[in-house]
Amino acid sequence: MSNLQNNPNSTRSIIEGLQTNRSFGVLILSLLALLLVVPIGPAQGEYADVVLNEQAEKEGVRPVIYPHWFHRIRFRCKVCHSELGFEMRVGANKIDMAAITDGKFCGACHTGDVAWGLEFCDRCHSGLPGLKTGIKSGSKSGGPGFY
Amino acid sequence: MTRITQKQTMLTFWSLLLCLLVLQLHLPQAVGAGQWKDLTEDGLHDPDGPAISELQNPAEAMSEFPKDAVGNKVRWVNALREGYIEPRTNILPGTQIKVLDMDIIYERTGDQKYVLFPHRAHTEWLDCSNCHERIFKEKFRATPMTMMEILNGNYCGQCHGAVSFPLTECYRCHSVNPSTFKGKIGVQPTK
Repeated sequence: MSNLQNNPNSTRSIIEGLQTNRSFGVLILSLLALLLVVPIGPAQGEYADVVLNEQAEKEGVRPVIYPHWFHRIRFRCKVCHSELGFEMRVGANKIDMAAITDGKFCGACHTGDVAWGLEFCDRCHSGLPGLKTGIKSGSKSGGPGFY
Repeated sequence: MTRITQKQTMLTFWSLLLCLLVLQLHLPQAVGAGQWKDLTEDGLHDPDGPAISELQNPAEAMSEFPKDAVGNKVRWVNALREGYIEPRTNILPGTQIKVLDMDIIYERTGDQKYVLFPHRAHTEWLDCSNCHERIFKEKFRATPMTMMEILNGNYCGQCHGAVSFPLTECYRCHSVNPSTFKGKIGVQPTK
């Protein structure tokens, strides 16, 4: 130690060495960090999955997960958003079980005829407890998707 | 002097090898069959839900569909046109089904390419009333809009960025090169 302090040349070379190693280490760390940060593979949920939990958990059932992809394979957008009158904004539709049982919203199809009947509560009320109402989106805009 | 030592060379080698290994682990999920998570692992469904095993998994439904890199990873317009899916147009017997094959070219796009809006791709899925007059007036240019408003979830952004391909896909809409475009702006002849 005393030898290093007495010799300015060797001190300088150690600092230079450290600096080289440090910038090198930073490079490697940034590479690894990039791998962790850049999203590779699927995000959580599917694009356009809707969570409905304004009332579900208050009423003692799981939140509803509505998958757009599943319905889109079977129905065009216009069926729900024109014929059934679903507003295109999460939270804009006052959906409750009374309305559904009355044949409105989901209740227009989920009768056991077009789609499974209302006795299969858990197929729709299938979400993780604590989820907030919203739509899962892939874009990071300030638009309708905010998951 | 910043000379790369043998130690550093070895470190680079092992780091790159590690990177490749991590990529190898991720790649099957990024492309191909494993790109959709099962419902039990999607972070939205409760894996302990009593009916979870009765629900269809995305991969089971969508693996064969025309692929996209964004959104649901499916080219829905192609899936419909190529017959991969046959979604119902209506459930009420009296509903009139209208498909309009008419393009609009919109030129007030700043430095960006002009926008080509295809009515056909939209009306194959949607009813006229979903956009007119609620979001867009039918008359060309009667609804002024900015990209910022769209990014904030208005106009095109009511669907694009939420349920249809995201707004990061600039050139799917901004697709007409102003320097080579010789046609007329606005409503194109109905095909």
